[in-house]
Amino acid sequence: MAREGLGLEITELRLGLPCGEPQKNEKKRMFSEIDGGVGEENGGSGDRKIIEKKNQVVGWPPVCSYRKKNMNEGSKMYMKVSMDGAPYLRKIDLGLHKGYLELALALEKLFGCCGIEAALKDAENCEHVPIYEDKDGDWMLVGDVPWEMFIESCKRLRIMKRSDAKGFGLQPKGSLKRFI
Amino acid sequence: MNYFPDEVIEHVFDYVVSHSDRNSLSLVCKSWYRIERFTRQRVFIGNCYSISPERLVERFPDLKSLTLKGKPHFADFSLVPHGWGGFVYPWIEALAKSKVGLEELRLKRMVVSDESLELLSRSFMNFKSLVLVSCEGFTTDGLAAVAANCRSLRELDLQENEVEDHKGQWLSCFPENCTSLVSLNFACLKGEINIGALERLVARSPNLKSLRLNRSVPVDALQRILMRAPQLMDLGIGSFFHDLNSDAYAKLRTTILKCTSITSLSGFLEVAPFSLAAMYPICQNLTSLNLSYAAGIQGSELIKLIRHCGKLQRLWIMDCIGDKGLGVVATACKDLQELRVFPSAPFGNQGAVTEKGLVAISMGCRKLHSLLYFCHQMTNAALITVAKNCPNFIRFRLCILDATKPDPDTMQPLDEGFGAIVQSCKQLRRLSLSGQLTDQVFLYIGMYAEQLEMLSIAFAGETDKGMLYVLNGCKKLRKLEIRDCPFGDTALLTDIGKYETMRSLWMSSCEVTVGACKTLAKKMPSLNVEIFGEGEQADCYVEDGQRVEKMYLYRTVAGKREDAPEYVWTL
Repeated sequence: MAREGLGLEITELRLGLPCGEPQKNEKKRMFSEIDGGVGEENGGSGDRKIIEKKNQVVGWPPVCSYRKKNMNEGSKMYMKVSMDGAPYLRKIDLGLHKGYLELALALEKLFGCCGIEAALKDAENCEHVPIYEDKDGDWMLVGDVPWEMFIESCKRLRIMKRSDAKGFGLQPKGSLKRFI
Repeated sequence: MNYFPDEVIEHVFDYVVSHSDRNSLSLVCKSWYRIERFTRQRVFIGNCYSISPERLVERFPDLKSLTLKGKPHFADFSLVPHGWGGFVYPWIEALAKSKVGLEELRLKRMVVSDESLELLSRSFMNFKSLVLVSCEGFTTDGLAAVAANCRSLRELDLQENEVEDHKGQWLSCFPENCTSLVSLNFACLKGEINIGALERLVARSPNLKSLRLNRSVPVDALQRILMRAPQLMDLGIGSFFHDLNSDAYAKLRTTILKCTSITSLSGFLEVAPFSLAAMYPICQNLTSLNLSYAAGIQGSELIKLIRHCGKLQRLWIMDCIGDKGLGVVATACKDLQELRVFPSAPFGNQGAVTEKGLVAISMGCRKLHSLLYFCHQMTNAALITVAKNCPNFIRFRLCILDATKPDPDTMQPLDEGFGAIVQSCKQLRRLSLSGQLTDQVFLYIGMYAEQLEMLSIAFAGETDKGMLYVLNGCKKLRKLEIRDCPFGDTALLTDIGKYETMRSLWMSSCEVTVGACKTLAKKMPSLNVEIFGEGEQADCYVEDGQRVEKMYLYRTVAGKREDAPEYVWTL
């Protein structure tokens, strides 16, 4: 019952998938090896995030290029935005943004104003307050709920003047920083 | 067999419709070959390079309907460089020169120029139906020619094509006396169209059954169109964006109630949140629902809609529905036959659908026979359960986004899971594999997949034996496409006669060498063996021992093709 050798194989360092079996065939191209340079083909721009780079194998996942192009155009969650004092409304695609901060910056850019980002942190003291109408028809302060919940329930947006907000009866729930 | 006069045999042949049956008829004897060729009206050519246009026209002078496929399937995933081939012009030219009274042309993955469309529109007086799927090379000018010149046009169906939009008035080119339209699908066009012209066209098309719009048609126009076409059975909505409080939306809700014939719904390329309730009244009649391009619909809205769709047979959606949503589908859609779940972001929503969703579907939807499923993970146990619940699969395509991911519960390859599928589903004709896979899965496929016609493999296998199991075992195999697998020359050359029984073989990023391809081409003159790289010149392949980047071989009676670009080397 003597063990073969010193039984030190278990300490041997090896490259491979965590599947228990040692790789028999070195010629096999590991999916995870194919990254880096190949990633450039899809992106074209140097700004492509490192996180996505690892997954970029040409033609994988096998989604046809027509469909891929449509996916890359972002999810079209167009939302009407009105701003007090502005003569016409705008539309913003919520699907393009990943959180409240991005949304605030986009709104500021859209209307050429500032202070919306600040309003998310401290609604009490800002001139412009972003509010939204939820699916129940109630007007809510932007930033109270997690982003995912917000985009699921938001029907339209409005940027209100602080002076009007007091009469509107909004009660911000304290610090909103955690959702930004 | 020859005791009957030709007219009698012709009459009998009229009842034989399927392509493969007609092909069989023509092989019985010379006299049947002759009769068959003069009565054949519909021809399907799965690889446009397998036969020359002239030969087609010569053999079937009574041809009315032609279906052609061009580029290899993996061209869909950007694996075939631009300019490879698949040009339809020579076909239209040959048909135009002959006396063939073409009425229908269906093309897939072909390059279609405006000149081709113009020639087509001018050459066939009775032309009725043009269906273009995943094609490219044309603009709205070509469409204008078709609209203007095809007097008896019934069908113009554009699916997922790359069309250059010249912002012309192609839709206005349908003449005032064109009243024959049955089907119009321009959902893939990016540009504006003349809304007034569209409304007038619909108004004068009493037979219009299928209408799929693009993004540029606003909701008020949609409402007016639906008012004029209550007989519609298939509707594709482009833009569904509107103010929920507006008159337009209220009018639409009322109009939809009249659309009781609609059984197929698609599109929603743009959608206002919480507006889908307008569709609930027609959901109960739907047998087909395609929301795979409706990126603006949230998972919860999607689920609410599907709850109303009790009669659904075909469902195409995105993975934002989640495993829970698939559970709802399983409860609501007992008649489901075909399901496609696409990734909603290029690399999938983290954890959006997994093996759990698929198992739920298999438990509720026992009639399921076609599946395309993009997911984050899959387990052997789940596949075994699915195989047991749904033994009727004809098409089973599984795409795990991390292509070599093992079973996350056991860390084992997915050989056993797929093995269960092929063993249980005796009618399986098409299979796509993914996940970590060894040679074992191919042993199972070779042993059990007796009806398999098409197999797609990526990042799988360990040795040449894998590919050989498949080539030896699958007697009905027609198309085999392989990428990034360790299959090499031995696998390629062991049974070269097999390739004459198949339509085509694609191998890219495998271990096949130039020398082996040369050997194959030499021994099998009935095959075209093409090798190419990443758009480099063909003469970069100087050494026999060099690995081939991409190889595409196919059987043909047309010989080497004349239109191959410089980077393609036909051996």
